[in-house]
This record gives sequence, C-alpha cells and structure tokens, in this order.
Amino acid sequence: MMLINAATTDEQDDPCTVEDWMAYDKAVREAGIWVSGESLADLVTATTVQVDRDGRRTVTDGPYAETREVLGGFYVIDVPDLDVALDWAARCPGARGGGSVVVRPVADFSA
Amino acid sequence: MSGVREVEAVFREERGRLLAALVRRFGDLDLAEEVTSDAIEAALRHWPVEGVPPKPGAWLMTTARRKAVDRLRRDQAFAARLAILQVEAERAAPAPPADAEGGELPDERLQLFFTCAHPALPAEDRGALTLRCLAGLTTPEVARAYLVPVQTMAKRIVRAKKKIREARIPFRVPGADELPERLPGVLQVIYSIFTEGYAASSGPDLQRLDLAEEAIRLARILRRLLPAEREVAGLLALMLLVHARRDARTGPDGEPVLLDEQDRGRWDRDLIEEGSALVVTALSGGPPGVYGVQAAIAALHDEAADLATTDWPQVVALYDVLLALDPSPVVALNRAAAVAMRDGPETGLALLDELAGEPRLRGYHPYLVARADLLHRLGRLPEAAAAYRAALEVAGSEPERAHLRRRLASVEET
Repeated sequence: MMLINAATTDEQDDPCTVEDWMAYDKAVREAGIWVSGESLADLVTATTVQVDRDGRRTVTDGPYAETREVLGGFYVIDVPDLDVALDWAARCPGARGGGSVVVRPVADFSA
Repeated sequence: MSGVREVEAVFREERGRLLAALVRRFGDLDLAEEVTSDAIEAALRHWPVEGVPPKPGAWLMTTARRKAVDRLRRDQAFAARLAILQVEAERAAPAPPADAEGGELPDERLQLFFTCAHPALPAEDRGALTLRCLAGLTTPEVARAYLVPVQTMAKRIVRAKKKIREARIPFRVPGADELPERLPGVLQVIYSIFTEGYAASSGPDLQRLDLAEEAIRLARILRRLLPAEREVAGLLALMLLVHARRDARTGPDGEPVLLDEQDRGRWDRDLIEEGSALVVTALSGGPPGVYGVQAAIAALHDEAADLATTDWPQVVALYDVLLALDPSPVVALNRAAAVAMRDGPETGLALLDELAGEPRLRGYHPYLVARADLLHRLGRLPEAAAAYRAALEVAGSEPERAHLRRRLASVEET
C-alpha cells in the first residue's frame, strides 16, 4: 500500500498538476498492478476519534495542521517486492513538491 | 582447542556463501540461518570421523537443503509460502541449480550485501546485519563489536530480519542502472565498520583491530564479486593504506601517536604496496570516486619518508578534487589541515575559522583538536589551552582523552 502524504501548500515548489495524477493513474492501471485506491477529500473534512482506557471517546477535528503531513490518498498495488514498490512510489506525483509516499505491505493473515 | 578454532575460521568464510545461496533458494533469512548452522554442526560431527569430503561446499549445501526441506515439511505454513516463492522466482528468472553436479557453488553473497545494506533498513541495523550474515559473526560477537548488550543486539537483528521479510526487501543485485545509486550504501556499511575499528567512538581502546580486519575481509569479498567497480577497489585501497599504520598509531600505553611522531618503520609495507597498486586501479579509466581519491591521499602519506617531505601540494590538490565530489564540512576541515602543512599554520587556522559556523562541526572532536593544535603551533598558548579544554568536553575514547590532557598540560606549563 502506498500512502500519499501531501505537503503543506506553502512548501510546494514543484506543484503537480491534475494531468500528472491522471497520467500516473493510467500508468498504474496499465501495468496491471492496480488493486484499489482512493483520493481522500479535503483535510478540513477529517475527524479523529480516540478511545481511552475507560472507553470514553474523544472526537476532534484533526489531523492537526501542525503534523504538516496529511494523508491525501492511497493506492494498493500488487508487486513482487519492496524495490518494485519503491519504483512506483517514486513515480507518484504525490512524492514531489515536499510530499512523501509511505510504502507498507498489506498484512497477510492467510499463512 | 586450536584445531576447532581453525575449523571455525574456515566455516566463517563458508557460512556467508552458504547462507546467501540458501536465502536465494528459500527466500527466508531465518530459515537459511537455521539450516546453515545445522549443516555446519553436522560437518563438525562427521568430518573429523569420515574425513573432509572432496567438495566441502557442495556437501554443506546438500546437507543444509535436506534440513530445510525437513523443516518445511514439518511446517505447513512455511510449505505454502515456499510454493508461492518458487513460482515467483521461476516467473522472474530461472535460477541456476545451486548444487549442480561437478560445478562450483555459485557465489550469491553479492545479493546478501545489497539486502543487508538496503536503504529501507535503519542505518544502525545495516552494519550489524552485514557482520552477522556476511562476516559470519555470532550475535554476541556483533553485540561486542558495537558495544551493546547481547539482548539489545539480538532484538535489533530480529527487527531487521522481520522488516526484510514483511516489507519484502528483495534478495537481488540491483541492475546496472541502479548500481550507482545502491552501491555507495554497501560501501558505506563496510567503511563504517572499518572507521569504528579505526577510531572507536567510545570505550577503553583507541583501535578495534578485529573490526577493521572484518571490514577489510568484507571489502575483499566484494572486490572479488564486483571486480569492475573502481570504487570497490578504492575503498579496499583506502582501508589497507590506513590499516598499514595500525601498529605505529598507538604508544605503549595505548595512547594515540600522531602522524608526525609515528615510527614509520612499523608501517606495514606489504599492505602499503597492495593498497598503492589498488589506488592505480581505482583512479584509472574514468572520473574518480570519493574512496579512490581518499585512498590516493592515504598513499601519499604512506609513501613519504616523513611529514616534511610529504607531497603536501599534491595532498591539497587531491582534497580539492574530493571537495568537489563531496562538498562536506568534514572534507573542508581535512583540506584545511593539509593547507596548514603546505602554507603554514596561520593560513590553515584562517580556513578553520571560516568553517566555525558549520553546524556539523560544532562539537566535532577532530575539528576542535585541529584548531587547538594549530593555535599551539602558532604559539598562541592561552587560546590553545582553551581550545584543548573545549575538545576535552566532547567525549572520545579514553586513550584519546588522556592524550589531550597531556597536550593541555604542556601548553599550560610553558
């Protein structure tokens, strides 16, 4: 899974365009590795819930801007190993302009 | 006992080769380690009785493979995974049979070098894993190398292996297009093992010769596996040329002896000769790399009769090349020290003071010591004393601190 962390807007010295995203999306699908993916709605729509030890819920309007990097969307791709996954992540427009892409395997519970 | 030791030394060499072949075959570092140990144990039982087989490597491989299959049969989950791994491996590239009749075992340690030095692993784990898997050190030996408790090192190695397995860090040699990006990481791991051996960052000893020698051994293996890579030759040359001075670098009480006071008769001529020849390889046929240039500088030091007749203009010129390749304040610091030898301490000190604002040099031991020494040479004694005190505030190894205290005392007396 590739988690796309957007940068804060003022750091975008290399902004990526809608066309960049469309081209990337097309490339992922044409490579036959696409499993699923979503682009998330704007940060202001995000809400965080935490449950403490007593079972009380705390709901806040996070994630907070101070954390600077916020999840912008994700791709799930099917590739043989980390190096291939990193190659695809490096091509993702979200990795540019101060953003980053975190690559994590999807847990396998079948074994 | 010494017979067992000799056998163990042979197995240390075989272990990395066997491990790499098994990792490639089964795609699992833990399983490969277990059956490698099993096979070596079996050899230690059988060989003294039945004699060493004609192809020891193939014997070990066959034994380890049988043990692995036994384990996999017992473990259904493993077996299911093995089937998937084999299908994937065949789809990617048909693997040559690891133990083909009559043939030599293919050396697959290069894959393991790149896995252990993968940038997805924490930097502190890369050296530990390399010493464990490729140098064949046991976990307690690796723990001793990094001066951490065995439990801590065991946890780190387990963590690193888990990351390799679960993040699917591949066992493969990067393609020619990726090599320039990935090889420096492998060289960095080996060099960091060496530098920890050359100047221990803490602890009772100035040098850790065992570590320096492991690093050289790893570089020799890498050079055999990648004979065309000039930076591999450069790194090996650099380490040989520095290691050649090891006996002269410490005095009778283990304190450091600086270059100008070293008994050059105690430098290892064979290593210097081997290193100098490698420098030529490292610097021929293309633009130079950082290790090749540093090795060339080390060669100039090693070949000079004394400090005064060292070819300082050439040393400074090489530092200019190095600074262009690696514009770091640490390189600039060493260049300033060489300029001080060529043009006098005043010029050198001016260069050092220009670097004073560099965050990476703030509290950096060699910077503080170099500055103190130049002030000392200029006869600016109160300033030199203050500079030695500043250097002493930053931790170093115990012999190094004792040496600084003596220098401080000599400045304060006069």
